Amino acid sequence: MKKTILVLLLTTIAMLSTGLTMASGGGYPKSPANVDVTDMASLQRGAKVFTDYCLSCHSAKFVRFNRVATDLGMTESEVMDNLNHLGVKFGSTMTAVMTEDYSKEAFGAVPPDLSLVARSRGVDWLYTYLISFYADPTKTTGHNNAIFKDVGMPNIFWKQEGIKKAVYKEVNGERVMEGLEVVEKGTMAPEEFDTMIRDLVAFLAYIGEPNQSYRKSLGIYVLIFLFVFFGIAYAMKKDYWKDVH
Amino acid sequence: MEQKSNGVMGWIDARYPATVTWEKHLAKYYTPKNFNFWYFFGSLAFMVLVIQILSGVFLTMFYKPDTALAFQSVEMGIMRDVEWGWLIRYFHSTGASAFFIVVYLHMFRALLYGSYKKPRELIWIFGMLIFLALMAEGFMGYLLPWGQMSFWGAQVIINLVSAIPFVGEDLSIWVRGDFVIGDATLNRFFSLHVAAIPLILIGLIFAHIVALHQVGSNNPDGVEIKKNKDENGVPKDGIPFHPYYSVKDIVGVIVFLMFFSIVVFFMPEMFGYFLEHANFEPANPLKTPEHIAPVWYFTPYYSVLRAVPSIAGSAFPGVIAMGASIVILFFLPWLDRNPVKSIRYRAGWYKILLAIFVITFIILGVLGTLAPTDGRTLLAQICTAYYFAFFLLMPIYTKLEKNKPVPERVTMK
Repeated sequence: MKKTILVLLLTTIAMLSTGLTMASGGGYPKSPANVDVTDMASLQRGAKVFTDYCLSCHSAKFVRFNRVATDLGMTESEVMDNLNHLGVKFGSTMTAVMTEDYSKEAFGAVPPDLSLVARSRGVDWLYTYLISFYADPTKTTGHNNAIFKDVGMPNIFWKQEGIKKAVYKEVNGERVMEGLEVVEKGTMAPEEFDTMIRDLVAFLAYIGEPNQSYRKSLGIYVLIFLFVFFGIAYAMKKDYWKDVH
Repeated sequence: MEQKSNGVMGWIDARYPATVTWEKHLAKYYTPKNFNFWYFFGSLAFMVLVIQILSGVFLTMFYKPDTALAFQSVEMGIMRDVEWGWLIRYFHSTGASAFFIVVYLHMFRALLYGSYKKPRELIWIFGMLIFLALMAEGFMGYLLPWGQMSFWGAQVIINLVSAIPFVGEDLSIWVRGDFVIGDATLNRFFSLHVAAIPLILIGLIFAHIVALHQVGSNNPDGVEIKKNKDENGVPKDGIPFHPYYSVKDIVGVIVFLMFFSIVVFFMPEMFGYFLEHANFEPANPLKTPEHIAPVWYFTPYYSVLRAVPSIAGSAFPGVIAMGASIVILFFLPWLDRNPVKSIRYRAGWYKILLAIFVITFIILGVLGTLAPTDGRTLLAQICTAYYFAFFLLMPIYTKLEKNKPVPERVTMK
């Protein structure tokens, strides 16, 4: 019987893993974001990039400035002076600088709220998306994106990153995008730009779930408690059952 | 009924069957002494029910069943602004999946040791009704966060109702309360999820346990312990549920809570299986997601639905097959004609048939999470055929089994 269970378990695991790999195939490859949401300096830099650039058009309507201050170890004046460009109250949420009517006029749609974008898209997707803009003269914004084809968002970091173009290869007579190549240098060194994007993605990951670091640290204590409790309960069970044969 | 004492308990017992109930269902409820690993899942299911009710009560305090507010009340209110709201929500979302894991294992235990067989047919029927109520509870609860998958998952399932010939369209409008899934749908699902179905569930669980205690528990040997009693009328292989199994089940509960906490604290999304990624986007009736998959616990039946080809553009045959895949389980006590309960004393080839059944069920579950391709549809069709054959041919093949001798008394292996 034990053997049957073991065989069952192993086959299940094997099948699940093949199933999962089948599901994840296809599409432009994602690059690992490798962000650390416990790195306060990175999160603070990311918050600055986020509020300077993203908040111009996007909102993060579930995120409060005072909460960001508390979680990222910033003072009220630091947040109010550097991050809160609209000058809303400290306890308010992050709204876009641009009005919804204006964005409908300019882009044809309201840019999506970014509060939960790291949870719906995943950090690796976000990182890849932000580094995968390339020049495409057929688009009105002048840029296209390798992982998000025909995206409506303009390439806001083109000055810092420089301009990239897509490199194609022939596979069975079809033109497949192989990668991107810098054709015009930007104002930032590639490593510097990469760090900025990772900081930004780290901040997005943080606002996706502000409690995540606390959740994990609390989990350790919960498991330690359960482990101790298990020892006591198991000893009690052994003692009660010693006369059962 | 003897009067136990004259103290406070005596006063109560004269007016309320406190001591009698305690003894009948716990202190003198004789349980086989040879329960193994598989017998933890009954008490664990009860434990998860308690988790769901307690966490649900607190979520209801902050949740707003309104299409304009629902998503925000969950993702901003409960997840960010309410003290400990995130933890209570993760208890509830993880609890939903845990409930199904525990119940599936509990049902598998019944398959292993023939716990559905005479005289326990009603326990099995009540259990199946609990399973149905649980599916309704899970389905309606999943709409409440009002994310993309909430909306589109409900859309797919309610559209199945409209596949019923003649009355389908009207019926689906009656279910939704509108021509599309909207505020009316959300409000009624909320009401059913927090009031109606939990009441039905508790009633059914009560009946399930009453039926169990009437005939007594089965065990891994499938031996009726009531056939061997000592001079006091106590089964020789029985031990009182309390304290023996109460202390044992506490150990099970702690181990369960360890796994539960690992998910809640370290991987609440469970790689998109417990909380789907697309559900972090608010419901948008104008934007169909690329891939709609129900939550994992429904996917085996969803695969059965997709495996059956539609006839004349109607998905009705698939709907029938999906319904039948669940209804057929109700008849299990009468489909299995082998008088031997435990798999330990049944034919070796029956063990293989059961093992393949489990594998096909899991394959169906995995396929239900993936977009269909020709190869996957064929695999789902093969698995669906096996699923039905396993049950429908049971009256024939269970009569052909060569059983091993069943012992008189339980064994402690």
